[in-house]
Amino acid sequence: MKRQEFPTPAEQGHPSADCLRFTGIHKRFGSFKALDGIDLSIRKGEFLCLLGPSGCGKTTLLRILAGLETQDAGSLHMAGRDISRLPPAARDYGIVFQSYALFPNLTVAGNIAYGLRTSRQAQSRRVAELLDLVGLPGSESRFPSQLSGGQQQRVALARALATSPSLLLLDEPLSALDAQVREHLRAELRLLQQKLGVTTIMVTHDQEEALALADTIAVMRHGRIEQVGSPEQIYRQPANRFVAEFVGHANWLPVHCDDMGTLRLAGVPLASSLALPTGMAPAEATLFCRPEDVRVEPHWQPATNTLMAVVERVDFLGGLRRASLSLCAAREIVLVADVSPNDAGFSALVPGQRVPVTLPADRLRLFQGPVL
Amino acid sequence: MMAWAWQRFHPVGLNIRRSADEQLAVALVWLLAALLLVFLAWPLASILIKAVEARDGSFVGLDNLLALLTEPRLLEASWNSIRLALMTLALVLPMALAFAFALTRSRLWERPVFRLIALAPLLAPSLMPAISLVYLFGNQGVLKDWLGDSSIYGPLGIVLGEVFYTFPHALLILATALSVADARLYEAAEVLGASKLRRFMTVTLPNARYGLLSAGMVVFTLVVTDFGVPKVIGGQTNVLALEAYKQVIGQQNFGKGAVIGLLLLLPAVLSFSVERWLARSHGAAMSGRSVSYQPGRNHVRDVLLGVCCSGICLFLLAMLGVAIAAAFMKLWPYDLSFTLDHFDFDQVDGGGWLAFYNSLKLAALTTLVGTAVVFFTAYLISKTPAPRLPANLIRSLVLLPMAVPGLVLGLGYIFCFNDPAHPLHGLYGSMTILVAATVAHFYTTAHLTVATSLRQIDAEIEAVARSLRRPWWTACLRVTLPISLPALLDVARYLFVSSMTTVSCVIFLYTPDTVLASVAVLNMDDAGDTAPAAAMASLIVASSLLATLLINLLGWWLNRHAQAWRTA
Repeated sequence: MKRQEFPTPAEQGHPSADCLRFTGIHKRFGSFKALDGIDLSIRKGEFLCLLGPSGCGKTTLLRILAGLETQDAGSLHMAGRDISRLPPAARDYGIVFQSYALFPNLTVAGNIAYGLRTSRQAQSRRVAELLDLVGLPGSESRFPSQLSGGQQQRVALARALATSPSLLLLDEPLSALDAQVREHLRAELRLLQQKLGVTTIMVTHDQEEALALADTIAVMRHGRIEQVGSPEQIYRQPANRFVAEFVGHANWLPVHCDDMGTLRLAGVPLASSLALPTGMAPAEATLFCRPEDVRVEPHWQPATNTLMAVVERVDFLGGLRRASLSLCAAREIVLVADVSPNDAGFSALVPGQRVPVTLPADRLRLFQGPVL
Repeated sequence: MMAWAWQRFHPVGLNIRRSADEQLAVALVWLLAALLLVFLAWPLASILIKAVEARDGSFVGLDNLLALLTEPRLLEASWNSIRLALMTLALVLPMALAFAFALTRSRLWERPVFRLIALAPLLAPSLMPAISLVYLFGNQGVLKDWLGDSSIYGPLGIVLGEVFYTFPHALLILATALSVADARLYEAAEVLGASKLRRFMTVTLPNARYGLLSAGMVVFTLVVTDFGVPKVIGGQTNVLALEAYKQVIGQQNFGKGAVIGLLLLLPAVLSFSVERWLARSHGAAMSGRSVSYQPGRNHVRDVLLGVCCSGICLFLLAMLGVAIAAAFMKLWPYDLSFTLDHFDFDQVDGGGWLAFYNSLKLAALTTLVGTAVVFFTAYLISKTPAPRLPANLIRSLVLLPMAVPGLVLGLGYIFCFNDPAHPLHGLYGSMTILVAATVAHFYTTAHLTVATSLRQIDAEIEAVARSLRRPWWTACLRVTLPISLPALLDVARYLFVSSMTTVSCVIFLYTPDTVLASVAVLNMDDAGDTAPAAAMASLIVASSLLATLLINLLGWWLNRHAQAWRTA
């Protein structure tokens, strides 16, 4: 297996390099455990995404960081300073909400200059500078209701950045926008963040957004952090089934581990770069493999991890075709393969056809227990 | 063990420190909670205390109540109150329902005019219809013959007067209930072959059920607790509200007055709790996907409703107009020539022009103080990190006035502040106490209007403002207040008109120096000076109307000014 390409922030080892650190954050709402012991640290200039399904506690964590909610236990440190009990105004961050929360009765300039306490001239200079930055030059005198959703979001971003905070908080900033604007703004947001180098925390439930934007993703569930890592790590090496299922598509194949420690899928022995954790009883396990990693071969060549399968169905997905393949040795096991037109096996994808399929050993991951 | 004990007594281990501006907000919230306690909770509590005290202040338990319950005079008054309220209800509800139906479900082009006339009674004190009735059907009434042997002085006059007084209240509730109609239900019923009558019975009425019930309870409470109409035209008919007035003002029997006050509280508390209970079980009538109903063409319906509404409008205009007309005539109905003599109030007792100026002063102060207090209270408890205890205290206290009739609140004030031992006894007899009582009396409606408008403003606006390191009052004055201006104007108009016309709340609290116009109407009528009373009532209507027009004009101007950001 490849070594991790990106060191995770937690492994960096220099606490002083952390811009922000959560320690043991707990939060309950009545009997509901919203946050159950969150430990997380963020480097200066890092773009961190809190990713998870709704109700996982990601927004609560952001609101606690913003001082809009109080944690029941745990502490927050920002640049070595304990900010656990500081009021929002003393925490030095800018925030952008999903609803934008622009002041409807103030102009764009009035919105952006709201937090500025400089002279009028300096204010209008700063406003013009920020509007240039977010790509809306010259719209100072317009009102929020006269702007499109994407433009309003840019103004909200400019307002959050106006006081040059050392931390930028984004609460699902793109989810109220339609798909095209969202993709466009996503790219701009990334460029802008890299240009300014401002430490950023974004909350999102959209895994695509997280994968495209973040330096680091923290996947959350039930008030806990399931995995922290680079998008590559989260996608390629999910720490557990939840992460693997929540991010991207996956094949889940039932394998059996015999007495010799050999893995068998439908009786066929498999090689995997991963062994089950030592000490685990030989038993059922589940093999994880991304659809784009399943290789459909044009010709049969005996090789490790190559099995015969029957093409059941082919779905056209634009740039790709998604084939459902059932294994010849066990027809009830179906795996899905994403095949691009340039792949060698593309032409063999005809329903009813038998095709050889390879599961690359280095792309497989193994989880304990049967397929759920 | 130590850690456990510490956690036990500090369940929220971490409280976010408040910035200086937030500490000020906390102090203000405590202050406002204290004000509500002093000017609302305390007077109400003193009614309870007075109810179990004898004249000399000794504790007598339920003796007052038991003594009253055996008095045939009081039993008769109670029965009269209930009977008259039910009779009013039987007249007002069908009238208001038809009118509301015409306003919301017809294509009558005169709807705006109808609406204006129907709401006009709100501008007049409840004594005014009674005066008009006296002019029309009284001993010297022009239409006295219509009644044959029966007399207007009694149940008939009271019911007619109360119908005028309560009609706009019932109409507003029913029109709101009918205006939220889902066109899809009507389309479904039509597709299923339901006749027009069946559609009315199965779709319209069930949807308006909640409105009908709540209008019914409001009307019932208003009639039972009103004493203006029975005072002027009741003749020998005694009612509970009048009895409380007589006990306190006439006989200085505070204990009995308090017990009657508590009895008057019953229907209001009952309807208030039913309302709350209904509101909880009654889901939103319109979902986000509802399609609003557009009335179709139907000449029969429109003509019928038009006739009906015209009749009601004629009645309302007559009740308003006769008193106004009589105010400008030498001697109704014998000498109808024009005169302004009746406006020379200094010729008669009752307070004269001082009363009118006092009323204007009271209305202006109530409007200013009330609007400001209501807005900042609602703002502080909903938009700043206010501590839970005073915020919850405020939330429950502000709902109380809705369940407390003005007469009862006025009683509470006199019991509370007339007591020489009360630390604020000095306020008794001042304009301040009148303003406080009036604000307290109309607090709930004003609060709910502001709270609803504040709820519609994105909560994250305040969160952003805090993150931008500006104190809360910057966000409040620069953003939230401008957005809420329309609601504030509604509140201001409501407070002004209500404090011009109210009698029940202030009747116990005025002194010769702070006598009010509505009270003057009552006293002049009592002394037999009916024409000056009508003149004063007309002045009240005129100033209410003028204030309403001015505030509407201001609203129109503000709206035009703010068009740039409000629309689109």
